[in-house]
Order: sequence, then structure tokens, then C-alpha cells
Amino acid sequence: MARVFQKPKSMTSAHTHYCPGCTHGIVHRLIAETIDELGIQDRTVGIAPVGCAVLAYHYFDCDFQEAAHGRAPAMATGIKRVRPDLLVFTYQGDGDLASIGMGEIIHAANRGEKFTAIFVNNTVYGMTGGQMAPTTMPNQKTTTSPAGRDVTNCGMPIKIAELISALQTPAYVTRQTVIKPKYIIKAKKAIRKAFEYQMAGTCFSLVEIVSTCPTNWGKTPLESIKWTETDLLPYYQLGDCKTPDA
Amino acid sequence: MAKVLMKGNEAIGEAAIRAGCLNYFGYPITPQSEIAEYLSRRMPEVNGMFLQAESEVAASYMIFGASAAGERVFTTSSSPGISLMSEAISYCAAAQCPAVFVNIMRGGPGLGGILPSQGDYFQATKGGGHGDYHLLVMAPNSVQEAVEMVMKAFPLAEKYRNPVIILGDGLIGQMMEPVEFPDHLVSTPSDKSSWATSGMATRKSTQRNLVRSLFLVGNSLEDNNRCLKAKYDQMKKEEIQCADYNIDTDYEALIVSYGTMSRVCRTAIDILKKEGIEVGMIRPQTLFPYPDAIVQKAAWKPSCRVVTSMELSMGQMVEDVERVVQGRRPVTWFGIAGGIVPAPEEIVDEMKRVLHAHQS
Ligand SMILES: Cc1ncc(C[n+]2csc(CCOP(=O)(O)OP(=O)(O)O)c2C)c(N)n1
Ligand code: SF4
Repeated sequence: MARVFQKPKSMTSAHTHYCPGCTHGIVHRLIAETIDELGIQDRTVGIAPVGCAVLAYHYFDCDFQEAAHGRAPAMATGIKRVRPDLLVFTYQGDGDLASIGMGEIIHAANRGEKFTAIFVNNTVYGMTGGQMAPTTMPNQKTTTSPAGRDVTNCGMPIKIAELISALQTPAYVTRQTVIKPKYIIKAKKAIRKAFEYQMAGTCFSLVEIVSTCPTNWGKTPLESIKWTETDLLPYYQLGDCKTPDA
Repeated sequence: MAKVLMKGNEAIGEAAIRAGCLNYFGYPITPQSEIAEYLSRRMPEVNGMFLQAESEVAASYMIFGASAAGERVFTTSSSPGISLMSEAISYCAAAQCPAVFVNIMRGGPGLGGILPSQGDYFQATKGGGHGDYHLLVMAPNSVQEAVEMVMKAFPLAEKYRNPVIILGDGLIGQMMEPVEFPDHLVSTPSDKSSWATSGMATRKSTQRNLVRSLFLVGNSLEDNNRCLKAKYDQMKKEEIQCADYNIDTDYEALIVSYGTMSRVCRTAIDILKKEGIEVGMIRPQTLFPYPDAIVQKAAWKPSCRVVTSMELSMGQMVEDVERVVQGRRPVTWFGIAGGIVPAPEEIVDEMKRVLHAHQS
């Protein structure tokens, strides 16, 4: 029988620990497919965040480092500066990248470090039980904003892709989502482009991916997809913020 | 090689290059910014890598990432900066990544001052960051010794797959002395292919490597901590370095002192000798592993009535001295921690006072 679908070579056969309806797994797959297609598995180093994807290295079959919370861009800088021939990606959540690690991502982007940042924005701290993140929506209930995010107290959610785009150096910055096949196809293209720019030594790139966390949103997987479309995507608009060709 | 006159900070930067380390990440802080300044012009000359990070936090994680990728790396800072690096140092220790850190200590706590101090003894020898780990700590008392310790630090970090820290004080960094860079301390980086994330193609392997510090399953954390402990125990057996002064006499008192303070003590011991008072000195060169047996033996010498820990701090190493002397001799402390290095006469007076207070 012809095999029409299989796991990417760059993924292990481990079962992921992600909750039903969580999009982390889809993002993993898109990265692994990209690594396969570009034939770079044997010179890629991934950096896992502190967050739900802390064990990402169980699922990717390539060299991996595990960062401290928020510090992946500094570690990626360390690797790229001493081994520019390696291909390096960070995989970071919104607590990791947009809160504790904001300094590291801004400066890595601004120096134009030639690695790829995959930024999974699910608007909450998934791993620690759904606390508020800098990306939590106005009035969104979390375990540390039980009455909903009060923007007069906590400010408006940070739009990372736009923020990074405001810097002059970083050249490829885009926002995607993976909640439906039509979006997944685009997200895949974006991830692939980001890696290609890295291979060509073109630029730092950041791919923000608007993601779901059904468990901490208190929604079913289907409701989560719907809420992403109705409530998140109007604020976190999809598309390229910046491309090196523009 | 002929001796050259160099400032401590610049000599430390050059020593790393001579030792075969061509990668530096750092962030400016007095009194050691000259290291970064020196390397920013020197690294390009030797095809090395210099990067000024946005903070000590970032610099230390660049070190972790680069070390985990299998390359020799080092950074330098001073006390407040080392506090910020302590998180990454803990991760390096946990993930068993070799790296060299240099702390040119200034006074603290807080912003403290910019003058010499030995106030980071606890931080360097007892932890600093979180969790069960140790650094191999070497403390130079001259520019030449700083050079040699930096050069030795790289193979030691690799032998133990553990961070090594050079604990100098502001005076070591700022002082100019003649130095040479001994050829026999040039070393080749160790083979890291069994663990470093250097890329499978680099290692010609189909097996990926992971560098991590999270151990959730079963006994894996206990196992990792036992593995670290075994390394620290091995350091205690193999890496102790220690110097002494006037130790072959029937000294009445023993000074234990390291770094810049030990140089002042030497002069004080000479003055005391002229006055007919014999005082010996043990100078730990490794602060971890601590020369327990050597200090103990010297303290327990029958002629010795009292042991004094002389420090540029409010009494930190004295706790180790008390620990090894085990109550068999009175242990006192003398220290200054406001950024001033005492004159030899102050040490002389203190030793006379101590000896008077502890008559035979
Ligand atoms: C220094 C430090 N502070 C706090 C934590 C606790 N912590 C672990 S994961 C996490 C938040 C993760 O959220 P996010 O980055 O959004 O990733 P997600 O779990 O949602 O994928 C926090 C605060 C930590 N491990 N280290
Ligand atoms: S807690 Fe949220 S982010 Fe974490 S695995 Fe579950 S759904 Fe995904």
C-alpha cells in the first residue's frame, strides 16, 4: 500500500504531552517538515523554552538546548556567533518571549542575529496554569486576572510582531496562525521562508503564531478555534509585517 | 617569552586568547571594563569573536549557548554583574557545560563601590545561583598569577565540564606588572562530541545531542546531582592549589589570606619577623576546592596559638577557616570592606593584639 502521510524525519516517534486542541503540536510539525525539506536536520540546533514546550526536544530529532525562561535568544546568539554554519531556531511562548525574555529578543533582533525565532502566542502562561501574559486580551479571564485583564492596570496586550518590526534591523517578521488548514499552509510557508533567510545569511526572522490553549482558556478545542478567529485575529492581525525583499 | 608590562585586566584578556579561547561575550562594568575594551580590538586581530551583550544576563546565556555548542568561551564582570550571571552559571553547572567566568570584585552589597573587595567569597564558593552546585574557584594575588589561572581555567573547565571562576579583586585588575604567558599553559580544546550540540554533521553522527538541566523522570535529578557531587569530590582530590609563607618557622600565629590581601600580609610578616615575632601564612589559590588539610595542618602546628583570617570582607573565608580548624585553636578575623586595602602596619598591629590576647 502506498504511504501517503507520515511523520517528518526530523520528529521522533514520541507521543507529545500537549493537551487536546493545543496547537503546539502543529507548529512542531511545520518546523520539522521545513527541516526535512531543506535537508538541514544534521546541522540544526533547536532551543526549547521554559513553558509547555520545555520538552520540545523529545519530539524534534536534532540537536537541542534547553534554555532558562526567556533566555533562548541569548543562547541562540551564543551559538550563531561561534558557529555561524549551524542553523538555529528558538521556540518560545509569550510568557517566555514577551515577558521575562523581552530584553533578549529585542536585542537579538536588533543586532540582526541570524537565527529564527518561532513565537507561539497563546495569550496565557500555559505551563504554570494559565496566568496572565503580556499578550492576554482586554477583559480575558486568567488565573491572575480573575475579573478579566484590566487594561487600565496592566496596559494593552503587546503586539510582538509589530514591536519587532519597529526596529530597523530585523528583516523578516510575520504573524500567522494554525487554527485551520488554510492558515496552516501559510504558516508553513512563513516558517520555511524564515529558515531559508537564515540559510542565506539574510536576516534575523521572527514568526509569531497565534495559538490556542483550550485548557487554560476553559474552552473546548472547537470553541478555542472560534474564539481565536472572533477575538484574537482582529487584534493580532495576520500577515507579513516586514520582509527583506520589500 | 620575554616579560611585558601589562595592566591586570588586559593581561587577563590576552591570557584567554593565548590559552586558545577566541570567543568573548561581556558587558561593561568597573573595575574590569578594560578587559572588554582590550578584547574588542584584540579579537579581530586573531580571528576571534567579541560581542558586547545587552546585559550580564544575556552575556552569560550567550556563554551557555556557545559552550553547549562545544566551543571555548569566556566572560568577565564585576560583582553586581556576576549576581546577574548567577542564574546562567547554575544552568551551566547543571547541564555540565564548561565555561570560564572572571569576577574582578568590587565592594558591595548593592551598587557598593568600585574599589577592590573580596566580598564575593560566599557567592563564588558556596553557590551564588540556585541549587546544588559548585564552581572551581581560583584566586590570584598578582597579575602573573591571574594570567596563569586564566590559562589553566579552560582545560580545567573542560576536564570537569563545569564552570570555573577566577576571583580577582579590583587591584589585580587595575595594577600593572610584568607578565609572561607560559607556553606550557597553552591547551587544546577537549573532544566534546559525546555531548555538545555541535550539529550532527559536525560530529559525523546520526545521534543527536541534548543539553538540558530539567530532570523530571524518576531518579534522574538525584542521579544528575550525584554525578555533579562526584566531580566536586574529584576536584577536592586533584585540584587544590595553595601557597605558603614563613611556614618553616615555629610561628606563633597563622594568617590565612588570599588575593591582594595576602600580599599585604606578606609584608606584615616580614616586619613582624624583624621584631622577633614569627607569623606563618597559608594562601589558598583555589577557594573551592578549599585546601582544608593544608590549613588544618598549619593551624595545628604545636607552636601556633591562634589563627587569623585576613580578608577584604566583613568575615567570609573565616567560616571555612573555623570549619577546618575544628575548634582546636582560636580563630579570629580581621577585615576591611570599604574599598581600602590596609597598610601592612595595620596587619602588624592586629597580629600583635591577637597574640597578646591569646598568650601561651
Ligand atoms: C525564572 C523563572 N521564572 C518563572 C518560571 C515559571 N514558569 C515556567 S513556564 C512559565 C510561563 C510559560 O508561559 P509561556 O511562555 O506563555 O508558554 P506556554 O506554556 O503558554 O507555552 C513560567 C512563568 C521559571 N521556570 N523560571
Ligand atoms: S496548557 Fe495550553 S499551551 Fe500547554 S499544552 Fe495544554 S493547551 Fe497547550
